[in-house]
Parts: sequence; C-alpha cells; structure tokens
Amino acid sequence: MGYASVWKILPIVLSRAVWVVPTLLGLIVITFVLSRVIPADPVALAAGEAATVEQVEALRVKLGYDRPILAQFGTYLGNVFVGDLGRSLFTDREIVEDLADRLPATIELTLVSMFIAIALGIPLGILSAVKRNSLMDHLVRILSVGGLAVASFWLAIMLQLLFSMRLGWLPLSGRYSGFAPESATGLLLLDALLDLDFDSLSIALQHITLPALTLAIPSMATIVRFTRAGVLEVLNSGFVMYERAMGFPESTILFKYVFRNALTSTVTQIGLVFGLLLAGAVVIEAVFNWPGIGLYAYNSILQSDYNAIMGFTLWAGGIFIFVNLIVDIVHSLIDPRGTA
Amino acid sequence: MARGGLLAEYRRAWVKLVRDPSSAIGMVILTALVLSAVLAPVLATHPQDVWDVHTAERLRPPSADHYFGTDRLGSDIYSRILFGARSTIFVAIVAIVASLAIGVPIGLIAGWSGGLLGNILMRFSDIFLAVPQIVLAIAIAQTFGPSIENVILALSATYWPWFTRLVYAEVRSLKNEIFIESLVGLGASTPRIVVLHVLPNVMSPIIIRSSIGMGFTILTAATLSFLGLGAQPPDPEWGRMISESREYLPFAWWYAAAPGIAIFLVVMGFNLLGDGLRDVLDPRLRRKVEK
Repeated sequence: MGYASVWKILPIVLSRAVWVVPTLLGLIVITFVLSRVIPADPVALAAGEAATVEQVEALRVKLGYDRPILAQFGTYLGNVFVGDLGRSLFTDREIVEDLADRLPATIELTLVSMFIAIALGIPLGILSAVKRNSLMDHLVRILSVGGLAVASFWLAIMLQLLFSMRLGWLPLSGRYSGFAPESATGLLLLDALLDLDFDSLSIALQHITLPALTLAIPSMATIVRFTRAGVLEVLNSGFVMYERAMGFPESTILFKYVFRNALTSTVTQIGLVFGLLLAGAVVIEAVFNWPGIGLYAYNSILQSDYNAIMGFTLWAGGIFIFVNLIVDIVHSLIDPRGTA
Repeated sequence: MARGGLLAEYRRAWVKLVRDPSSAIGMVILTALVLSAVLAPVLATHPQDVWDVHTAERLRPPSADHYFGTDRLGSDIYSRILFGARSTIFVAIVAIVASLAIGVPIGLIAGWSGGLLGNILMRFSDIFLAVPQIVLAIAIAQTFGPSIENVILALSATYWPWFTRLVYAEVRSLKNEIFIESLVGLGASTPRIVVLHVLPNVMSPIIIRSSIGMGFTILTAATLSFLGLGAQPPDPEWGRMISESREYLPFAWWYAAAPGIAIFLVVMGFNLLGDGLRDVLDPRLRRKVEK
C-alpha cells in the first residue's frame, strides 16, 4: 500500500475513531450513575445484610463513597481506564479476570453463529429475490418474519426438549463433556483443528450445534431480509435493465453485477447482526449453560452481584462499540459513497 | 400539506392496509390479543386459578378441562395466558408511549435547531444506541429491582433514541422543503411550524416504527422476565412462565410451549402490521416494492 492511500484512509479512520471517546465516556457515566447514584445506599448493598452500622461506615470510607460525587466519578473513571472493575461479590475474584476467562467461549459461540447466519442467510435471500413470488420465496419470507418474532430463549428450550431430551441426538448443555483439553487459543474448535484431534472436535461440535443455531436465527432472518431487498433493488435498477436489453445472459448479469452490488449493503449490516448476537448470548448461554460472559451476567443477576453486572455492561458495550467502529471504517473504505 | 389532505391519505392507507394479506393477518392477531386481554375474566375457564394453588391438580397435560394443561401450582395455563396478555399489552404500550414522549420532542428539537445543540442531543442519544438494548436494560432493571414497573422503565430508557434518530433525519430533510421555507418566510412562529406542519409530516415513519417497536419491546420484556428481572410470581407473565417451566422438562412440555407460542404470535402480529404499514405509508419504499 502506497503512502497516497494511507493518507487517504487515515482521516477516515480518525474521524470515525474520534467519536468512540465520547460514546465510551457516556457509557461509563451511565454505569456510574446506575451503580453509585441511583441506589439509595450502595455501600449497605456491598456490605451485606449482616453488617453493623459501624462496619458499613468503615466500608464507606474505605471505598471512598464518603467523598463528593465528582471525585468519586474521577476515581471510577480512572479504575475503569486501567481495567479495574472491582471484585465480584459471588466469585470473590477481580471482575476483569472473570470476564477475560469467559470471553473466549462467547467469541467462539458468536463466530460460529455468525458463520451459520451468513452461510444460510445470504443464499436464501438471493434465492428468494431471484425466484420472487414463488413458493420458495413465500417460505423464506415466512421463516424470516418468524425468525425475528420468536423468543430465542423459548426456541432454545424447545430445541433442547426435542434434540437432547427426547431424541438424545445432541448434548443438553455445556461446552464439552467432562474436562475440556488444555486450551491454547481459548477456542475449543480451533484447538482441536490445530491439534488434528478429531475426537475433541466432534465433542465440541456436538455441544456448540444447538446454542449456535438458536443464536443464529434472528441474525439469519435479518440477513435474509436485507439480502432479498438489496438484490431486488439492483434487479430493478436502470443498469440491469440496460444489460438485459443488450442481451447479456441472465447468469452473467446475476453473478457479475447484481450479487456484487447487493452484497455491499448486506456486509454493512454485520455491525447490526453482531449486536443481535451479543444481546442474544445472555439468554442462550443461560439456557445452554454455555460458560461465556452471557452466563456470567445471568449468574450475576441471580446473585444480585451489581459490580459484576456493570462490568459485563461495560465490556459488552465496549466490544459492540469497537466492532461497529471497524464495520464503519471498512464500509467507508469499500463504498465510495460512504466517504462523502 | 393541508391537514385534510393528510387525513384523506390515511383513509386510503387504511383501505390498502386491510387488503394487504400480511398486515391483515397482523391485525387479526392483534385484535385477538386485545380481546383476550379485555375479556380475560370472561374467556378464562378457571379465572380464580390464576392466583390460587391447587396442588392436587399440578402439572396436568392439556385436556378438555385444561386446554393448555396446568402448571407447577395446579393453575390453569390457558387462563394464565389470557391474563398474561394484559400485562404484555400494558408493558408494550406504556414503554412505547414513554419512548415517544421522550424521543420525538428531542428529535424535533435536534432536527430543527441543528448546529451545536442538535449535535449534542444526537450524540447523547447515540450513547444509548451504542450498546445492545437488552444489555443496558438488564443493568437498569437490576439497579431498580425486579418488577414490571422497572421493566417498563428499562425499556423506555433504552428505546427512545430510535424515535429521536428517525425524527431527526426526517426533520432535517423536511426543513429544506419549499412549503416549510415559505412558512418561515411568512413569519410563522417556530413552535407553530414544528407542531402543525413538521410533526404531521413525520407521523408515517413514527407509526411504522411504533408498530415494530411494540413487537421488539414485548420480546425484550419477556427476556427480562425470563432472566428474573421482571414480573414476580404469582403474576402471570409469559416470559416468567417459560422460565418456571424449565424445571419440569421434558415431562411437562405444554408448560413451556403455550407461553412461547403466545409471545411468538403477538410479536409476529406487530411485525406483520409494521411491514404492511411500511408498504402502505412510506412512498419511497412503496415504489421499490411495487416495481
């Protein structure tokens, strides 16, 4: 890549990246307000029910909650900045460590789901648009409307009921049977592939099938809708009409012009899809007992572990903001209209 | 645009909406939802069961006496679903109305004033859109404690920016329309222009977004209840019922099945209606679809 293109890209990247700072700051303000300002007495909550008045006051001074609110925010911001999210009341570990331990499981689940959603969603969307108003089109449209209407935690339970409890084809929950092998990358599927360990690969695949499929369904429905709309729009555009009039073969028009143009709009939906996956991960991980940050959030809700929930909120929000920044930058690079 | 003209346009839209199969199905589902909520005490076969405990009758499969079976306390699931429709409608309507009340005025102000104020307001709303809704809703609902009221609070606090963003974009493009410029030139006051002329012209996208938002809000509310952050027992809430049923699987499959199907149908109803409204009310998209 020459200097010229670097100089062209840099301002785009910077102009997008600059907005991340106030957005992240806003997110931190929200979690600060929720954890420190709104609860009547956050210290009493942290100290537990058995604590005496003296103990609560001692903890208040120790945690710095007796200081002015702005000073507290300064400390909070500094702590978040260096990655200190406090201790979990339940696991009694640093929340950052808890989250970091569990993140690979969520990444693995999210990536496999995204793969399923894209691999099924794009072909179905194209087929539906090309064979418009056929039986196939109607079926795909019903599935895509339904996929966005179904409560994913309910679908997860129904699939568990059918495939695990009744038919016994797939494991009910968890990420691995027994103890998982020592992991180098944190991603069990990738580990097994790198070690050519096909037994582990098969076990891991069986465990990930149901959660990944359930998690993928709303995203797949979204991708089908965007792809179908995108292909239809290009099919109806002037240049396709011109190519048809010129007598180009239909397959050339479809593969060389229509799909390439339509897919650009689908690619930009990946940020949105990622949000759906991240949001869905909380309930899907809870139902399938998948040891990721979603299950951690669920357990924290059950244990009323406030710090842990705010830590999860910051991480999930931060990851989402970062992924959208990348998508935004990629979009403005591949789409010349985006740079204007 | 004269207001009479707008009304006539809405009347035409209504006729098209009834003839459109998907929105017609959506309206039938939603009418059924409203009827079952309003007539719950009449339609329920065991209205008193919704809160009473009958341990002798617990976990019965569907039968002529109990259409959808009974739950862990021996309550009739069919009756509980009907009463659950009430809280579902209540949560969705209050959350969407509150989101409209916050989001639309901010969008109007930001879009009309533009400049620094507009920018600040939009950046503020962007912060809420920068996090997946359920994540922020969990944090809010957890802070305020589990209850239906706090679910509504969490949903409204996270959904309003969608309306702000929508209204902002519409107002920005309307501001350059000649009829708005003429009104400014004629010396009409800003509140008069915004309320009487800008707002009616952004109603269509607001209505479409509200319908889709109702479905979305119902799903999110059910998710919060499933996670234990919403309605508390013994209140009949669909998401809560599904989470209770998990202990009794695979035996009592009906316990989980019924509330899930209810959620699915209702959200489907709002989404189909929203799609139909989009085809009928949004002229830009209509042209695309009809080609």
